[in-house]
Parts: sequence; C-alpha cells; structure tokens
Amino acid sequence: MTKRTIIPFGPQHPVLPEPVHLELAVEDGKVVEAIPSVGFIHRGLEKLVEKKDFFDFVFVAERICGICSFIHGMTYCIVIEEIMKIEVPERAQYLRLVWSELSRIHSHLLWLGLMADAFGFESLFMHCWRLREKILDIIEETTGGRVIFGSCKVGGVRKDISAEALGRIVKVLQAYEREIREITDVFIADGSVKHRMSGVGVLSKEDAYHLGAVGPTARGSGVDFDMRKLRYGAYKNISFAPVLETAGDCYSRCHVRIRELFQSIDLIDQAARKISPGPIEVKVSGFPDGEFFARTEQPRGEVIYYAKANGTKFLQRLRVRTPTFANIPALVKILQGCDVADVPVLILTIDPCISCTER
Amino acid sequence: MIEEQKSIHVTPAELVEKVQVFFNDGWRLVQIGCTRLENGLELNYSFDKHYQFCNLKVFVPLNTPEVPSISPVYWGAFIYENETQDLFGVKFPGLVLDYKGSFYKTSVKNPFNTCSEQINIKDIKKDLAL
Amino acid sequence: MSLFSMSWVVLKSLFRSPATVRYPFVQKHYYENTRGKILFEVNTCIFCGLCQRKCPAGAIMVERKDKKWELDRFKCIICGACVEACPKKCIHMEHSHAKPAVIKEKENHIHA
Repeated sequence: MTKRTIIPFGPQHPVLPEPVHLELAVEDGKVVEAIPSVGFIHRGLEKLVEKKDFFDFVFVAERICGICSFIHGMTYCIVIEEIMKIEVPERAQYLRLVWSELSRIHSHLLWLGLMADAFGFESLFMHCWRLREKILDIIEETTGGRVIFGSCKVGGVRKDISAEALGRIVKVLQAYEREIREITDVFIADGSVKHRMSGVGVLSKEDAYHLGAVGPTARGSGVDFDMRKLRYGAYKNISFAPVLETAGDCYSRCHVRIRELFQSIDLIDQAARKISPGPIEVKVSGFPDGEFFARTEQPRGEVIYYAKANGTKFLQRLRVRTPTFANIPALVKILQGCDVADVPVLILTIDPCISCTER
Repeated sequence: MIEEQKSIHVTPAELVEKVQVFFNDGWRLVQIGCTRLENGLELNYSFDKHYQFCNLKVFVPLNTPEVPSISPVYWGAFIYENETQDLFGVKFPGLVLDYKGSFYKTSVKNPFNTCSEQINIKDIKKDLAL
Repeated sequence: MSLFSMSWVVLKSLFRSPATVRYPFVQKHYYENTRGKILFEVNTCIFCGLCQRKCPAGAIMVERKDKKWELDRFKCIICGACVEACPKKCIHMEHSHAKPAVIKEKENHIHA
C-alpha cells in the first residue's frame, strides 16, 4: 500500500522567478496530483481604471509585467483605438512591430537562461543573459528604458527611430545571430540538456487544445495558432508561418522558442525594409464608448484585453487575461505522473509570468 | 477593424448545452470574464476557432448570482470560474475543482463587486475648458 | 548527441574581456534617448497644474497661490509624461539617473 505525501512547492524556491504555490501529492517518488495556488502578487490593477483617465492608464498597463511590458501597453492602446475607431499611422504600426519583436527576443533569451538554471547549468544561464544585454542596449537606445519601454500611447508611439538607426539595428542583429546560435546550439545538441528535457512533460495535441493552452506551450504540441496571424497592426504586410513542433515534450517547447527567436530577427528585417516616412501619432479627442476584445501575441502566448467604456473619461471595465493564466490547467495536466525531480523543469517550461497572471 | 466579434445573449439555464455545442464543434475556450453593471453582473464566455471569435453573454441578477459551471465540459474553465467566484461572488454549482473562496486571498471579500463611483462633473468641465 | 558542447564557449570567454562594467570605477554609458532625472526651471513655470494631473504616480504637487512646485523623487517613475504635458516646456529630462539618496525628502522649488 503506497503512502501519499503532500509536498508544498513554492512560493519561495530557488528556481522560480516569481512566487507560485503548488501542492504536490506524491506517491513513490512520482507526482500523482498537483493543485496550484496563486494570489501572492494580486494588486487589483483592473480596478484602477475607475480612478485613472483612460489616456494615462497606458502607464499602468505597461507595468503589469516587467518581461512582457511593451505588448501589454500596445494591446491596451489597440483596444482603446478599436473602440474609438482611431486610425493609427502606418509608420507607428511598423515601429510597434519592431519593438514587439525586440521584446519577444529579450523574453525568450531570458527564459532560456532560466531554463538552464532550472537544471543547474549555471554558466549557460549567464551566457544567455549576457546575450540579452545587447538587446536591452538596443531597446534603451531607441525608447529610453531597458525594461519598461514607455513608448506606446493611444494614437501612435511617443518616440521615432530614424531610418539610419533602424538600418544599423538590423545589421547589428544579423551579425549577432552567429553568437546567439552558438549558445542555442547547446540547448539543441548537448547530451546532458537533452537528457533532462526529452520525453519529459508530454502534452498531447488534443489535451493542449481542450485545456486552452496558448503560445509555445500549445505550438510545441502541434496546435497551429499564433495570434499574429490575426493581422493586427503592421503584421498584415509581413509574411511568416507559426513555428510548430509535434513531440509535445519540454525539448520541443524549448525548440519552438529558439526558432521563434530567429524568426523575430527576420521579422524586424522585413519591417525595416517596408517602413516608409510619415507621422507617428494622431491626436485623440473625445471619450470611448463601446466594448471590444483585443487579442495579440505575447512571448508567452495569446493575451486578451476586454474594455467596456460608457462615454466618460474612465473606463467601466478592463479585463486582462494573460497567457500564463490560460496555461495553468495545462501545467496541472503535465505534472501528473512526473518525477519529483522534474517538477522545476516542468513549471518553467510553460514560461510562468506570475505577475501577469494575477495583475 | 481587426476582426468581426459576434455576441450572443443566453440565459443561465441554456448555457451548458450551448457550450456543449461549441465543444463538439471544436471551439477553444479563450476566457471567462465578468463585469459589474448597475443592476446585475454580466459574464462573457469567449470562444475561438481558426481565428474566428464568438462571445456568449450571460446576465445574472445581483441577489441570485448563480450560473451552472462549464468545467465538466471544458476542464480548463475551473481557474476562470474560481477567479470570478472570489472577485465577484458568483456561485458556480458543479465546479470540478472548487477552492471555496481561497483562490485569491484578499482582505476585502468580493472586492470587484462594487459599482464605479460617480464621476465628478467638475473634473470633466475643467478638462474641456483647458 | 554531443557532449561538452559548451567547452568551446567557455574557453573563448577565458580570453575575452569581461562582459560586465566595473561600476562605480567606470560609469555606465547612457544614450541620447535614455529617460533619466527630472530637471525643473522654476522661473519659467506658470503653475497651471497640468503636470500634476498627468503624472501617473502622483509625484508632483503644484500650489498656485504659494508659487510652489514639489517633486517626490521616490515616487517618480521617470515616464516623461510631465515633460510632454508642460505648455511652457520648463521640465526637462536628463540622460542619466539620479544618484541614490539616504534621506527620504521631497524637492521644493519656489518661484523667485
């Protein structure tokens, strides 16, 4: 008769970037059930729309999360612009695309570093974060901040990138590709890394679809959707295909993120060739009235913003559903049947951003 | 306009069978959200299939906030329903994994279930004059 | 499957210069666009209060009758909203960050 032990995992754990609590029911060294518990960083940011002007709320929306900050601000601006039927100038849309893809590259490099740290490969972790510094320098050069960009506003963008600066950024990124490939090849080919990640945490395609998994977690199992295919902003003029892998284990999710990294460099190159001179903002007057659901693709998956406005300067309701929130049922399913030693690797494989989850 | 967004109004009684139709047809649950209106609560159930978006709206009165749970159909809906239960006080009979109010441990019970305060008319007039 | 694929990278980094900056002996390189410390010219200010209304963190306090402008640097998130909102352009942004302070005090500027 096997005994069932309950092991509490988190909220403080060396491998977790942000606090999340899991109750693991363990029998014979294998996890039988996992019950997640969130709520350590609940700030109630959605209620703040009743106190802050809809135009100034973009500063709060950006600060919901530090890693996916730009796309939060951009999606908030998109939802207000769709309600108020504002046409954003084309140059602003291309600039938003460039910054979104830079945000995606830096987030994936951060995740690669954390993943290496999860199975104890500290020097690989430090090298990934060293690579990330170059991207943060490019972001600081163009927007003013390394982590919180502060460059999106309702009606356009706040800062411009000159054509010469954009050309230089593309050249730097393309030359940098070789250095990034040196490090990502370790994730793909090294024997010890593969041993920790292959065959671990398998999520089948039907499970991923029915549990509502989004982003690389779903694309690693072969579910074909990427919100950038909705063709919002400048994505309607850019051609790319969602990155898919079929195995459904940790290794394929890692591979999806590495391939997306190089795809983002290619997207920035395409945008730099298609951008044309013009204004970067339009003047916004009046108040929003109506409701809309805006969906965009964050590094972790699909984020959906629902805004309901009633004609005054405060929004009536803002609802943010972030990708990690949608991936938690998938995490519970992955954890069933795994070894206790694999739990940190599995939690990190869905790329948990808990401050996004609980705004 | 990025995409067409359809909204269908349903009553709590016919919610589960409509959701079962979506499940059999291969739609994916995107989110469940709740808004506090003046005389009740409005729940939004959003579904997506091949980038098409469809939304079910359910209106619940304030004194009997009860909606049958859809977690037997979509297992992943339990986190959205627990969140709505904690923040707005809506009850979901039939919830598969019920945290019984301790999903978000807030110091105020049902913190989002208050109507937004009256907008100050003087603030709006001052903004327009400047 | 390969083993020791990191060895080449590790060997290279033995002979490369360090990736970190030896702060405080070497100062960090700031860019032209970097959002930094807020600078204020009190004699150009007309005390309209727009910066106070636009500040998302509530760090600015303007008093018209006393001609006083107060900034709480500990609350300021250096977003630049006040710089864009000022009609007389008397708020500027430096390119470097403010140095750490030991006492929590608010900065007062009074019109001459």
